[in-house]
Amino acid sequence: MNYHWNWGIFGEQVKGGGETYLDWLITGLGWTLAVSLTAWVLALVIGIAVGALRTAPSRPIALLGTAWVELFRNVPLLVQMFLWFFVVPEFLPREWSLWVKQDMPAKEFVTAALCLGFFTSARVAEQVRAGVGSLPRGQRDAALALGFTLPQAYRHILLPQALRIVIPPLTSEFMNVFKNSSIAFAIGVMELTFQARQMQEDSEQGIETYLAVTLLYFICAFTANRGMAWIEARTRVPGLIARTS
Amino acid sequence: MIEIRNLAKAYGATPVLKGCSTSVAKGEVVVVCGPSGSGKSTLIKCVNGLEAFQGGSVSVDGISVGDPKTDLPRLRARVGMVFQHFELFPHMSVRQNLALAQLKVLGRDAAEADARATKLLERVGLAAHADKFPGQLSGGQQQRVAIARALAMDPICMLFDEPTSALDPEMIGEVLDVMVELAHEGMTMMVVTHEMGFARKVAHRVIFMDQGEIVEDAPAAQFFEAPASERAKTFLARILHH
Repeated sequence: MNYHWNWGIFGEQVKGGGETYLDWLITGLGWTLAVSLTAWVLALVIGIAVGALRTAPSRPIALLGTAWVELFRNVPLLVQMFLWFFVVPEFLPREWSLWVKQDMPAKEFVTAALCLGFFTSARVAEQVRAGVGSLPRGQRDAALALGFTLPQAYRHILLPQALRIVIPPLTSEFMNVFKNSSIAFAIGVMELTFQARQMQEDSEQGIETYLAVTLLYFICAFTANRGMAWIEARTRVPGLIARTS
Repeated sequence: MIEIRNLAKAYGATPVLKGCSTSVAKGEVVVVCGPSGSGKSTLIKCVNGLEAFQGGSVSVDGISVGDPKTDLPRLRARVGMVFQHFELFPHMSVRQNLALAQLKVLGRDAAEADARATKLLERVGLAAHADKFPGQLSGGQQQRVAIARALAMDPICMLFDEPTSALDPEMIGEVLDVMVELAHEGMTMMVVTHEMGFARKVAHRVIFMDQGEIVEDAPAAQFFEAPASERAKTFLARILHH
């Protein structure tokens, strides 16, 4: 391989001057974390609500939940990014549309976080539904028999159990959020992948650039994984699930 | 206390209850027995509206269960229920199991709920286990906690849905002891069970069901001495003679 290695590139000034390539990557990492964490909070809140709706005894309500899930998981994420960025603003009322296109602060970031959050919420909802579905029916009956309303039964009895059960698949989703956030570069969010492409073109040191970015994504996803494992250990119920590790 | 009139329920085209009528007076203990699939559990779950029904009426303390205007959670909070598989909340300690509905449904304060929980756990002989989780208790202990949890709501009557069917034989006694004590204190009880010893000892009446119908509804002594129907005779012969 005829390649001029230069690991010192990260400390060098960018062509325009004023900052180093490392600064670019750190800025990128910051946006990656911002998009991912915002999207994850959104995905958890909406996903838990929609997942619970899908297990509701009322059929129209369950169908509403199903519609949400199918809408977001049957369209590629990249296309969804473009839809939210280019198409949805056109269908807003006139003043809103103008505001979104001209004045909305951090337009790219907000769009990417919403899009990734909604997309992930559909996947979280599926897992929450499976978790609630795996509980014995008697748990719901016992909660209702004590006088809890159905929302109270979900809040205090069903969801706390279901969420514990689905922590392992939710861990994968949390890691996916970081990896999927790279798609945000397509609408101009200056996240890690965006900065990497820029650095590659500017410095012509593509291999170092992408190896560094690979490492940074790996650290993000791996930290998410360890964090969830910690939560799983903390919320383990004595006598309920045998220790597996 | 509990009035059931012409109760009818079907799953699709399959009838499970075909016009059942009976009542349970205040302070009365009524045992419901019959072969599996006879509709006993469905009947008792209609009493607190856990099962919907299509025909007839059920009322508890004068309040109609099937009326859409009835505040079901409020009614259920006054009707204790004990399940075959205990259905303790596994993610909460025994103490929390007893306290939660007192706090969230009855609006009691934490001190009051905890005092009530402690008193009831003492009563069922499990005060030492208050901070354990359900998964750390035996089946018999779990069912006693479940009874205490229902009693913590100060119910006006208690429903038992095969409370000893999922227990190992050596644990049945400890649960029945608690139930007998409750009956002697004058609690209104409707009990689906095959424990005929319990029925003989405390039941005022026995209801025998088969294929969704109440075949016999008689004072306990009469039911055991001289069952009127062939079906009840056959059933009793099967469960008593071994």
